[in-house]
Amino acid sequence: MQTGTTDNAPAAAEREAVLRVAGLRIVLDPSGVDIDDDVSMVIHRGEVLGLVGESASGKTTVGTSLLDYQRRGAKISEGVVEIDGRDILAMDPKALRGVRGGQISYVPQDSSAALNPALRISTQLMEILEVHGFGSSTADREARLTQMMKEVLLPSDKQFLRRYPHQLSGGQQQRVAIAMAFANRPKVIVLDEPTTALDVTTQAHVLDTVRDLTRSYGVAALYITHDLAVVSNLADRIAVMYAGRVVEIGTRDELFAAGQHPYTRKLLASIPDITGERALRGIPGWAPRPGQRPSGCAFTPRCDWAVDHCGEEYPPVEEVSPGHLVRCWRREEVSAQAPELDIQLRDKSLSAPETEEHKVISIRGVTAFYQRKETLHDINTILSERRCLALVGESGSGKTTLARCIAGLHPHKIVGDIEFMGKPLARDARGRSRATRQAIQYIFQSPYSSLNPRKTIGQILSQPLQVFFDLSRSEMEGRMEQALQQVALDSSLLSRYPDQLSGGERQRVAIARGLAAEPTVLICDEVTSWLDVSVQAAIIELLAGLQRDMGLSMRFVTHNLALVRSISQEVAVMNDGRIVEYGVVDAVLDDPQADYTKKLLSDTPTV
Amino acid sequence: MSTPEISVNDSELVEPPVVHADRRHSEWLMMLREAWRMGRTKIGVAICAAIVALAVIGPWVAPYSPTQFVAPPFSSPSIPKMWMGSDYIGHDVLTRVLYGGRTVILLALAATVIGLVLGVTLGLITGYARRWIDESIMRLLDVVLAFPQIVLALLFVSILGPRLWLIVLIVGIGHAPRIARVARAATLEVAQRDFVHAAEAFGIARYKILFNEIMPSITSPLLVEFGLRLTYSIGLIAALSYLGFGMQPPAADWGLMINENQIGVIIQPWPVLVPVLLIGILTIGTNLIADGLGRALIGIERDTGVG
Repeated sequence: MQTGTTDNAPAAAEREAVLRVAGLRIVLDPSGVDIDDDVSMVIHRGEVLGLVGESASGKTTVGTSLLDYQRRGAKISEGVVEIDGRDILAMDPKALRGVRGGQISYVPQDSSAALNPALRISTQLMEILEVHGFGSSTADREARLTQMMKEVLLPSDKQFLRRYPHQLSGGQQQRVAIAMAFANRPKVIVLDEPTTALDVTTQAHVLDTVRDLTRSYGVAALYITHDLAVVSNLADRIAVMYAGRVVEIGTRDELFAAGQHPYTRKLLASIPDITGERALRGIPGWAPRPGQRPSGCAFTPRCDWAVDHCGEEYPPVEEVSPGHLVRCWRREEVSAQAPELDIQLRDKSLSAPETEEHKVISIRGVTAFYQRKETLHDINTILSERRCLALVGESGSGKTTLARCIAGLHPHKIVGDIEFMGKPLARDARGRSRATRQAIQYIFQSPYSSLNPRKTIGQILSQPLQVFFDLSRSEMEGRMEQALQQVALDSSLLSRYPDQLSGGERQRVAIARGLAAEPTVLICDEVTSWLDVSVQAAIIELLAGLQRDMGLSMRFVTHNLALVRSISQEVAVMNDGRIVEYGVVDAVLDDPQADYTKKLLSDTPTV
Repeated sequence: MSTPEISVNDSELVEPPVVHADRRHSEWLMMLREAWRMGRTKIGVAICAAIVALAVIGPWVAPYSPTQFVAPPFSSPSIPKMWMGSDYIGHDVLTRVLYGGRTVILLALAATVIGLVLGVTLGLITGYARRWIDESIMRLLDVVLAFPQIVLALLFVSILGPRLWLIVLIVGIGHAPRIARVARAATLEVAQRDFVHAAEAFGIARYKILFNEIMPSITSPLLVEFGLRLTYSIGLIAALSYLGFGMQPPAADWGLMINENQIGVIIQPWPVLVPVLLIGILTIGTNLIADGLGRALIGIERDTGVG
């Protein structure tokens, strides 16, 4: 946070600071509400700084402001951004154009939207070289182009270069964006969640590429992410942002071994652990939005250590060790407590097999089509009573299709047997009996799409009650309140609309709607993929608890192998519409047999 | 709207600093408020209000009965006895103007409402059902669409005779395909959102899904379409009256007045000019409102990213 101090760090002593940000403040225009406040950081040559924070913590806003760019409605009101001692924020537009894409470049979250769909990738890559006058001739630039493609491990032949962005896969598009960012050998590069939309395997490749390029060209990189696990192998140092402020900054090892800020510790505890040694722990509540932040430390309402003083005055920067800076009034008390105490051993009894098992849903030889294309091939799985079967796979593996087939929401052709309690299930939900529809409940991936924005939470929750039960008005209200209690929400939400709720709360409402039907089977389709890591942990905790207490059978669809141990007893790994491995969780994860599972395991980022 | 497998949208979550109590669930209210801020909408509302007031209050303040002969045909205006003179058979023009607005406005409204009900129902059904139902209904509507609305109306009126209910019905039916297209496009988008799938999984009846789940989300574009179709209705109804297929003499009606008095337009222009101007101004008024609503809708879509 301060230049002088970080320079003293032994690891950074020989390195020169390339990027210096000091006292950066970004506000909404015209309200003047701050998105980010007092953000300071230094990045050295060849160093990757991970900027970690939840949604709405203002991390992307910090990222773009390093290029002196702000989206509509926001502006930089104070602060300094220096590259090699030159203040970016003070530059005139012409000078700024020269710097952007030249000395400092940006890799966006969604490269498919960032690349021009109407231009061949060679055109776009050549353009960035020409604009910044790279080399002296076209031959020079073409040589650089070939080199760039090699650096990001893409083919450099003419045929490939003549492709349009839509002819590339998501991972290839992101590599092109990275190649573009590195094209002019910049001094600083900002990567804004470049792997969020990618599968773990692709993500692992992209992270490797970023690491290699940063090291070999001595670039100072800012890697923005919401997922600590992603930067755990990539970043040299990590800055943790909360509600627009950096609350802790230090080397990766310092933060992971002994984070001094309560938020850092909580964030670490909410990362799913692929080894299954500890239980997931969510952070209750949610981050305050800009304009609604308390005057003191913004984390106070969610903090276990908080005392009265925390909410009143913002804590000053404290230097724990050279380069390790924390903002917390209770830092000494926090650091006195070993972080291991935060780690709760996973409830192993869950994974013990039941003595008497009953098949709830059995799938035999199911093949499903999307229009004419066969997307699922000969699937066989059995879901037993009171068990949770995780369905893991990358995008396009068919895991959601399979879940939708069971829920009766797959509008295309299905061949094979899907049985519920020994009786065949109709393909379409409408063809099923009321009792069957009630017994199988489906929770959708995105809580932003699964709740009708025009209805109150009460109206949404009353849907299953009206369809499945014959209740009086007061009985109905009692059931709705009960359903909200089960998902740890207050009954005052009944009169609210979905857009007045946070993403985590919405997903809880969606779960409550499923529970209100009193199901025996719950199908959860990627229910945490739209949520922050801390919220994800809370939802997983909730689902695991519900499954245990209510004796539900659950099918948990996810792309995240690390989540599997926290919730399920059995796992089926899917690839290309086939199940490649299927068995008890500990057996599959500890001793994977299929190559695909091994690869998935090794590519999953872990702490 | 496609949902990527994994996506964390940071900027979306930062954007609204304060969540308004009625931001998205009553989008059409927001649209009305937004539209009201525009000068064009205010002018449009003022014009329409004035003309509707004239038509409603008119009969009470009219100096004579609309069928009373007060002067020789085509008498020039004389103040204060006959402000606008007399028409082709000696009725007081001012009286007939004051009486003649009701029918146009009421018939146009009725026709538009019929078109809206029919069009929205068809649009919801085709947008939600897809496949062959969609295909067959939409092709059928294309056939209706192929006829200019006035030709369609004339065709039926000339076969079945000039009946008011028929005119209203035919003009309404003529609107239906256009409204259905707007409703269908909006429905297609909403129908693939997960809350519709959720309702399907519960086994909720299709018509309930259409009207309770989908319809609230498509009201805004329909409101714009309503304003636009109302404008067309006024023109069409007036035109049919003028052609002699609407109200029959001796009833007082703006469209009919133009027809009756056009032979004397050179010596006594008032009975033609005033109805023409009033019809013209009324359609300008409704069009300004529709335009304001449309602009407000586009603005809201741009700002919140919802349709």
